[in-house]
Amino acid sequence: MFKGGQSTSNDYGSFQVENFGTLKYPFTLNFYDEPPTFDVTIEDFETSALDRLRILAEIESSAARNRSWEETKQVTSAQCSKYLPLSPTMTKSLERDAQRRRDHLSHFVLRLAFCRSEDLRRRFVKAETTLFKIRYDEDIATEREAFLNSRDFNWIPVDPNEALSVDKDYRKSEKYYKVKWTRVPDLVEKRKVVLKGGWAYVPSRELSSIVFQEFEVRLEKALETTARLLPRLDEDTRIVPILDNLSQGFLSGISSDWANNSGQTNSDELKAEQIDDLAKKHFPLCMRTLHSTLQRDHHLKYAGRQQYGLFLKVLGLSIEESVAFWRKSFSGFTDDQFNKKYKYNIRHHYGLEGKRVNYPARSCMQLLMDSGASDHGCPYRTYSPENLQTALLSAYSPLGLRQSDLGEVMAAVNTKHFHVACTRVYEITHASNGVSKGQGLGNGESVTHPNEYAAKSMELLKSSEAMVVDS
Amino acid sequence: MSSSDSNKPSPEVMLAFYRRLYPFKSLFTWLNHDHVPSKLFTQREIAFSLPGDVYIRYNSFNTADELKKQVCQLNPTRFEIGPIYSARPRDRKTLRAGTLTPILRELVFDIDMTDYDPVRTCCSGADICKRCWVFISAAVRVMDSALREEFGYEKLLWVYSGRRGIHLWISDKEAMGLTDQQRKAVVGFLTVVQGGKESSKKLNIRNGGKLPPSLAKAMEYLKTVFGALILSDQECFQSKEGYEELLKAIPDSRVVDALRTKWEASPSRPSEDKWADLHRHNLMVALEDIIFNYTYPRLDIEVSKHRNHLLKAPFCIHPSTGRVCVPLDLDMIEKFDPKEVPTVQQLLEELDNLSKVQDPSAPREHHSDWEKTSLKPYIDILDRHAQSLVGETRKDNRSKPVSTSPRPLSVILDMGL
Repeated sequence: MFKGGQSTSNDYGSFQVENFGTLKYPFTLNFYDEPPTFDVTIEDFETSALDRLRILAEIESSAARNRSWEETKQVTSAQCSKYLPLSPTMTKSLERDAQRRRDHLSHFVLRLAFCRSEDLRRRFVKAETTLFKIRYDEDIATEREAFLNSRDFNWIPVDPNEALSVDKDYRKSEKYYKVKWTRVPDLVEKRKVVLKGGWAYVPSRELSSIVFQEFEVRLEKALETTARLLPRLDEDTRIVPILDNLSQGFLSGISSDWANNSGQTNSDELKAEQIDDLAKKHFPLCMRTLHSTLQRDHHLKYAGRQQYGLFLKVLGLSIEESVAFWRKSFSGFTDDQFNKKYKYNIRHHYGLEGKRVNYPARSCMQLLMDSGASDHGCPYRTYSPENLQTALLSAYSPLGLRQSDLGEVMAAVNTKHFHVACTRVYEITHASNGVSKGQGLGNGESVTHPNEYAAKSMELLKSSEAMVVDS
Repeated sequence: MSSSDSNKPSPEVMLAFYRRLYPFKSLFTWLNHDHVPSKLFTQREIAFSLPGDVYIRYNSFNTADELKKQVCQLNPTRFEIGPIYSARPRDRKTLRAGTLTPILRELVFDIDMTDYDPVRTCCSGADICKRCWVFISAAVRVMDSALREEFGYEKLLWVYSGRRGIHLWISDKEAMGLTDQQRKAVVGFLTVVQGGKESSKKLNIRNGGKLPPSLAKAMEYLKTVFGALILSDQECFQSKEGYEELLKAIPDSRVVDALRTKWEASPSRPSEDKWADLHRHNLMVALEDIIFNYTYPRLDIEVSKHRNHLLKAPFCIHPSTGRVCVPLDLDMIEKFDPKEVPTVQQLLEELDNLSKVQDPSAPREHHSDWEKTSLKPYIDILDRHAQSLVGETRKDNRSKPVSTSPRPLSVILDMGL
């Protein structure tokens, strides 16, 4: 404030000069040191956070799809300009400050949502740091410079003699700065800096590393503090459900709902993010159980992967999307472990490895013979009656299956007519789409293949949607 | 394995060793950096390995005596040291989930001779001899110099693992506080050769065609080792497989063909002469890569990357050789012979002989029994090292302002302000 007042008096008369120092948010880039202290409506609170979440989801998905840095940048910038645009400081648009305010707010809302578990914190920090890097990269050079000058990064300029003493190949054209090596672990790991006595001599072209590291470390610490303080938050009941919803969205492979709502389903190609949603609406029990095991354990055993992977392939998931889906699901593994142990398996399903056969998906007959003790095979056959009933209710009660329907289903199971039981479940769960008892998958056909079940179910939804539009 | 099975110490021998010889006091001071128990010891995880693959984790102790008591009660085949947690590991069941996190830990390294199997000709697998120790001593020199000069660490303790490897424990304050990410960075900085990979691999270590200064310095030293060890002693390129491996690393196929013809004609040509043959061609980069591949330290990187990795405590007994896991003096590293390290049986014999000589009526003082055995010089190494850590702690305490009492200060620090 004081500084601002002073410089206006200096600039008095030259009305062309605008003093950005007085702005609440003088830069596009933000280290988010101070929490927002202004009043917000509950709606702003939620929508800004959702918008930011869309961007972070795209960043995560870029990593899962192994996009290059340039691609990631491009995709993310597109998302940013759509959901959280930030205008450079020199634009005089009225929106500039409102945009930055929104950016500020949304970051802090998501902090509240994602500080709650170690896993969420780690993912949030990774995605936010990537977002910061992208914005840093794309910021106008002079404004970035101004941002860097506004903070003290504690780097010590090195005089040429000292630089020469640590690096014989030192060139005068480049300036060096020294920091404790622990602040630039990424540069140290790749031997991109010279070390001496615990100091890293960082050439000016690598300086951004220090900035990013600083951002990351601060955010990590801040999240831990928030996590400790959150239980003590004197909370009313409006905010917690929103936060729950946000972190839930991030956990379940993100964007499924949001991506759909924002109109990305127009293409026929199946995306990895859609699987979770499809599983809940259209999959037969054998695939539903595998899907929930996968979501819960972030792992499936070989037989389960075989059964579910081939099913997804026939459902229409391309190899790229399939790899993306499995990568995201196996979230506890490093890229290295995943590539070594599981990627081959997935490519094998698509006939890209080994015998190079384009394997068909398992039919009900095959699944019935595959009476494994674990999650694969036909659950109508392998599960104990109690477990089967619980599984059915938890999977299909949102689709209209009730306790009272179970008697009929279990009767079919007890007489070992497993496909009849499965078909009956299909009829009950699709009653709202006009399927009545005895109609089966259409014309009285019963279920003989999991893919048939899913395909018919999806078809049915599409045609009933079309009818709604027609009428 | 066959030779070592007979050396397997029995449970009775182990118990006698823990009761009469194991230097719990020295271990305590080394881990604790002070004589008064601090969280460096009380919140430290100790894990026990019992016979039959039983592994007991998350133990912690208030004092050295408490640890000794537990060790003597459980009589483990060995015990391992983990990180300092945010609370006492043994209280973990009473803590809220997620509150027990590792906060501090020595920076540790493990170099294992098995990773050198592709490049050593004298032994293989679990065996080790004085000749292959040279690989280890060269690795120690390179690592020691890099960690001291590049990273600025001073409190390094090298410990022979009891069979075929060596551990390094760094106890500097800064090193103790490193995060997993930073540990990974140190490992990356120090890693040139991945253990177990073929030795002709082209290395990706140069920036703009030049070796970074740290590696250039290592190269100066390793060149001398290479001559003595690889060429003269191990004769790595004597056999056909040996020199074929060498030729794989040469990028110029005309040179390879010429050399192969020449070497096939005189099968007895020593490695040294073959190496000289290579020098006649302009192959600077390839030759440097070869030297790194054959002599640069091969680290077991998983050990160093995470704070919560457990590592065997010094002075434990290696279960298959019976040898004590002893600290080493850096100045003697080249002269060290793994076969001369006392075994537990040997030490107990020494004690028996002693008591025969001594007046049997004199009171026996168990805790200082090691003073009279060949274990003493090794314990002295640990004691000197621990003493220097205590000195550091004292210095730190003195430099803290006297006027403020320690409690408010620690409260402020805990709040992260």
